[in-house]
Amino acid sequence: MNIFDMTIHALHAALKGKRVSSVEATTAMLERISSVEPQVGSFITVTPEQALAAAAAADQRIARGDCDLLTGIPLAIKDIFLTEGVRTTCGSRILDNFIPPYSATSWEMLRGCGAVLLGKLNQDEFAMGSSNESSAYGTTRNPWNTDYIPGGSSGGSAAAVAASEAVATLGTDTGGSIRQPASHCGCVGLKPTYGRVSRYGVIAYASSLDQVGPLTRDVADCATMLGAIAGHDHKDSTSVDTPVPDYSSSLTHGVKGLKIGLPKEYFISGLDADVQVAMDAAIETYRRLGAEFVDVSLPHTDYAVATYYLIATAEASSNLARYDGVRFGHRAEAEGLLEMYTKSRSEGFGVEVKRRIMLGTYALSSGYYDAYYVKAQKVRTLIMNDFTTAFADVDVMLTPVAPTAAFKIGEKVNDPLQMYLSDIFTIPVNLAGTCAMSLPAGFSAAGLPIGLQLIGKPFGEETILQAGYAFEQATEWHTRKATI
Amino acid sequence: MKYQPVIGLEVHVQLLTDTKIFCGCSTKFGSEPNSQTCPVCLGLPGALPVLNKKVVEFAIKAGLSTNCSITPRSIFARKNYFYPDLPKGYQISQFEDPICQWGWLDIKVDDGETKRIRITRIHMEEDAGKLVHGELSGRDDGSGVDLNRACTPLLEVVSEPDLRSSDEAVSYLKQLHQIVTWLGICDGNMEEGSFRCDANVSVMPVGSSTFGTRAEIKNVNSFKFVKQAIEYEIQRQIDLIEDGGTVVQETRLFDPNSGTTRSMRSKEEAHDYRYFPDPDLVPLVISDQWVERSRRELPELPEQRQQRFMNELGLPLYDAEVLTASRALADYFEAGVAAGGNAKTVGNWIMGEITRALNDTGTPIESCPVSPGQLAELLQLIDNSTISGKIAKTVFDEMWKSGKAPQTIVEDQGLVQVSDSGAIESIINGIMAANAGQVEDYRGGKEKVFGFFVGQVMKASKGKANPAVVNELLLNKLKG
Ligand SMILES: [Zn+2]
Repeated sequence: MNIFDMTIHALHAALKGKRVSSVEATTAMLERISSVEPQVGSFITVTPEQALAAAAAADQRIARGDCDLLTGIPLAIKDIFLTEGVRTTCGSRILDNFIPPYSATSWEMLRGCGAVLLGKLNQDEFAMGSSNESSAYGTTRNPWNTDYIPGGSSGGSAAAVAASEAVATLGTDTGGSIRQPASHCGCVGLKPTYGRVSRYGVIAYASSLDQVGPLTRDVADCATMLGAIAGHDHKDSTSVDTPVPDYSSSLTHGVKGLKIGLPKEYFISGLDADVQVAMDAAIETYRRLGAEFVDVSLPHTDYAVATYYLIATAEASSNLARYDGVRFGHRAEAEGLLEMYTKSRSEGFGVEVKRRIMLGTYALSSGYYDAYYVKAQKVRTLIMNDFTTAFADVDVMLTPVAPTAAFKIGEKVNDPLQMYLSDIFTIPVNLAGTCAMSLPAGFSAAGLPIGLQLIGKPFGEETILQAGYAFEQATEWHTRKATI
Repeated sequence: MKYQPVIGLEVHVQLLTDTKIFCGCSTKFGSEPNSQTCPVCLGLPGALPVLNKKVVEFAIKAGLSTNCSITPRSIFARKNYFYPDLPKGYQISQFEDPICQWGWLDIKVDDGETKRIRITRIHMEEDAGKLVHGELSGRDDGSGVDLNRACTPLLEVVSEPDLRSSDEAVSYLKQLHQIVTWLGICDGNMEEGSFRCDANVSVMPVGSSTFGTRAEIKNVNSFKFVKQAIEYEIQRQIDLIEDGGTVVQETRLFDPNSGTTRSMRSKEEAHDYRYFPDPDLVPLVISDQWVERSRRELPELPEQRQQRFMNELGLPLYDAEVLTASRALADYFEAGVAAGGNAKTVGNWIMGEITRALNDTGTPIESCPVSPGQLAELLQLIDNSTISGKIAKTVFDEMWKSGKAPQTIVEDQGLVQVSDSGAIESIINGIMAANAGQVEDYRGGKEKVFGFFVGQVMKASKGKANPAVVNELLLNKLKG
């Protein structure tokens, strides 16, 4: 087996058994990146020198007998995570020259385990998009078929795993930005419960919805990565101080007697036939494994997309005010202060970011605030209540991740509303603040991956990982590789 | 027509915490520009605010001391606007559900009566940085930003429009100033901006119940300027109305040099701050227990202390007011009494000699070189007739200069009062012999010459003769 195709667990065993060194593994990954990047474009920045230095340090650590599951494992992270001394663009021209003086807590935690950073991954600009087409650094292509989008906004994070350019990656999920690209690229992606992972040092898009999570080749790797980044951070007031379970040790728990809800609003007529087939097969698999199915309802699902685009854009309009050209990032040549602001921001931001800043500014404006922002918050509460009610009867819910498999590059770029609707099944989870995972569950007629979404109760990551693991053991979807 | 001014004040109180409101940076004043900054107060991407609990404690104290209700669940909000000294492009403040609401202060008005001024709200917020022109930017014509002050904690205390004159406004402001400095939550330095005020001023015809259109006056940083700015603004509005004009809602800037206000921006140009709850901060929940603990920890407030000085120590109202001007002064007074001084005498000395010396040397009471214990010792020496009240003033000056104990000074300089009648009698004999004419005058009925003889005796004794003994002996001798 190629080193670059290994899972965290396989590579860890090889490192621990001294069959391969981290420097060798890292070199193999860097070579793989060089060979497939021209076709895929997962990375904005590759950091070979730092990677090899970190790998050498990891090898010393391993030689001392200190070999954590992630020690010496070459990873890559979305360019939304601040990395001290390594350029961090967030997919935007406005941060093209930004070298952060500090690192995100989640990356610090992985680094503390001895993980090796290969580089920073492509994404939609400021995580605003579902296709990676809004990146200022070119569109990442789907490794399964490079005419197709990889999904977004963590498109680079999903494509890098699918194209074996990193053993595992980190992404962020505000309305589906981990799960939808994971689904489109055939990997495992988990959005933890809001507050489970620190947001400190993660460039904010919509603060009340953003959450950090892993994208991996299989569920066991996902559990390992989540275990490494989860936990309370005193630098993030919204991170929750609740114990982190040992996700890996309980993976084999099985699904016998597990009550799985099927929200009727997610199995609609507009669902792609291939997706429907994959869902039916998944339900059958779980039945065979001893799970029980219960029909549930999330009655306010129809309002989720509208609610999301008011709350997320309102928060974004404020979060993105700091990119003003005064202290860091792009500053345009200008005569006065106002011109400096307008030119810097006009030149620095792309069209989708500008659209969302304007939407959000409007929603918060005096005279419109109650009708839009306040109303959206009320609907958000109703959507949260939907989930609470449904979870009174079931342990997890099973839904598609997206209504279709990946679409073609350029297909929806001029139709923002159609693009927004591709997140219809993932957005409610962010609004409810709970956790969900995407895992490979089939392929479309065109040969593109289709993902299955398992939604858990708040802080119910352990349960969805168990359910995901059971499914993975019973199917072979996750073993298929993109032939790039 | 006669006009009734209507005034409301918004006071910004900079809190005396060691660290900033949302990060661990120092709040020290006057350091190298941008030396007290971190990702949070620089507004770097990815940085998140974490609330300083001390700020909450200070806010609760301020609220309880101004009769406010403490909000059990208060919310931080973002106030959005662009300015180079505002790193995030928004200020974290409170809008709906501020930490304190519905308070009041009873202020003293002209006729010795009190008047209740309602306090709408007190909320917590972060300060902005400071623009520095010239050097810092590296260009003579450029501007730089110093973010040392960014994110320092402020309270904003907003009154209802209950004030009806500039004097009432100043009285309210002084009382608020006294409370926050008394609590030790603000240094009260108005020149450095630690305690600053915006005034909302309008006028309406006397008897009317509808308020006129108000102007907000910014940048008033002394009690004197508050009075000046409000009076100017009242007159400006009256003149405008009398001339057939109308007052427009606007923000005006006070210019201390000319004592006038000028328009800064009109209502149309006013910002839409797009307030909304800050998603980076969770709601601040304050339990009843927390409020009760804060209440127990509150120091005795100026008004309570005045009452006690009057009731328990028998001070007159005036003395009690003066001696509670600051907590340090009141502490000094009480320490003097505790060290054995008579309350009225200790009070007189503090209001007299000590205040004079403090003012002459620009010394704050906290660093008064004469300790309350030393003052009490000095007063003891007068009481037990070791020295006279007159000599005591000389001793006091020496104590101030050298910091020595009064007893030591009296002994070293031989200032012990002479009460020995034999010694005084011989001085009197000498003076009577040398001034036979005046003796005759006295005996002939000119009794005011008596004062002349007292003066001569005191002079001859270098002030050390016991005045009571001198009086008695002189009377006997002169009467022959
Ligand atoms: Zn700071």
